[in-house]
Amino acid sequence: MHVQVLGTGCPKCTLLAERVAAAARDNALDIQLEKVTDIQQILSYGVLSTPALVVDGKLRFSGKVPEVAELGALLGAVAGGE
Amino acid sequence: MNALSQHLPRRWIWAVGPVLAGLAIALYLNLQELANWTVDHALALGPGPWKEALRFFLFEAPKVLLLLCGVVFAMGVLRSFFTPEHTRALLAGRRRLVGHTLAALLGVVTPFCSCSAVPLFIGFVTSGVPLGVTFSFLISAPMVNEVALVLLWGLFGWRVALLYLGTGLAIALVSGWVIGRLGLERWMEPWVLQVPTSDGQEVETPLLDWPHRMQAGGEALRDIVGKVWPWVLAGIAAGAGIHGHVPEDLLASFMGRDAWWSVPLAVLVGIPMYSNAAGIIPVVQALLGKGAALGTALAFMMAVIGLSLPEMIILRKVLRLPLILTFAAVVGTGILLVGWLYNALW
Repeated sequence: MHVQVLGTGCPKCTLLAERVAAAARDNALDIQLEKVTDIQQILSYGVLSTPALVVDGKLRFSGKVPEVAELGALLGAVAGGE
Repeated sequence: MNALSQHLPRRWIWAVGPVLAGLAIALYLNLQELANWTVDHALALGPGPWKEALRFFLFEAPKVLLLLCGVVFAMGVLRSFFTPEHTRALLAGRRRLVGHTLAALLGVVTPFCSCSAVPLFIGFVTSGVPLGVTFSFLISAPMVNEVALVLLWGLFGWRVALLYLGTGLAIALVSGWVIGRLGLERWMEPWVLQVPTSDGQEVETPLLDWPHRMQAGGEALRDIVGKVWPWVLAGIAAGAGIHGHVPEDLLASFMGRDAWWSVPLAVLVGIPMYSNAAGIIPVVQALLGKGAALGTALAFMMAVIGLSLPEMIILRKVLRLPLILTFAAVVGTGILLVGWLYNALW
């Protein structure tokens, strides 16, 4: 699963990346985590507020940092074929 | 992150929340008596400047923190009704007074973090929100915020808070309108308008239910109050400490209402400083307490939180220098006028 955290490097973006990693660990999910900091690339997803999460090329949410459990549920649902 | 907080049943908070809120209100209403009792009886301090300083601190610190908690929670719940996407849809294509007014008001309630300034700016402009209207939003969002309003309300009374709210909105509205009239679109970096707008990838935001809105309020509380409380306490402690220690005439002589140049000076000093509202209010309090004029103090505060150098540097990625300077000049002029107006009236 290809997981991208979109954000220009603010503290919230870093926090989201950490929580995504923790959620993947907790649920034994195999993910490649990528931080996207390039503003043009971020904008190509139509994101208005960062941080945002893209999983397998699809934007899942923007402008929030959910709890680890919630992220785990989201990643689990994607891994299980939605 | 602790695992415990995630797994607590939600019902727990429904029982404890109202009780906590009730206790907080009862405490808030009896703070003066409590502070007096602590100073006069529990500690039985002898008369002196330290006694009054402690009385001041024991009353002000819990008062301001409780107010802050209440309002930040309420704003967190209110903001859960808004998203930047909704705001953009509301503003797209609007011009003139309606657009600017709406933008300034939405700036207050839309969740906004200054690190999102660039994507938000581009997202607005490329989908048909006029440049001036976008600026009205961008000026209002940081300047008119609940932390500033609560602290002003708690420390200087509701009149000053209302004044700040009204003039902050007016500056956002008028500055955005002026920038719009100047037709500065040519000073945006050229790549901005070529950004491919979202390829239909809008995230549908599900409507939140009330438990989630309450949770949003709780998160705002933890996030904002958790960050600013040391500043608030330090500021009130400084205010208490200065009580009777700095000669009043000194500050009043160069920040008083008689010196017309004190307002531009306050703005110039304020721009390079970067602080959130919580950090700057104690300074404002000390200034006012020592005889600075209200208009001068408010102008200083607006310049610090509304016109910050770091934000301009972030915006430099999308705007050419002339547009940034125009933005600073227009907003700075608005702040100047507000400062002079209140020095003349108050």
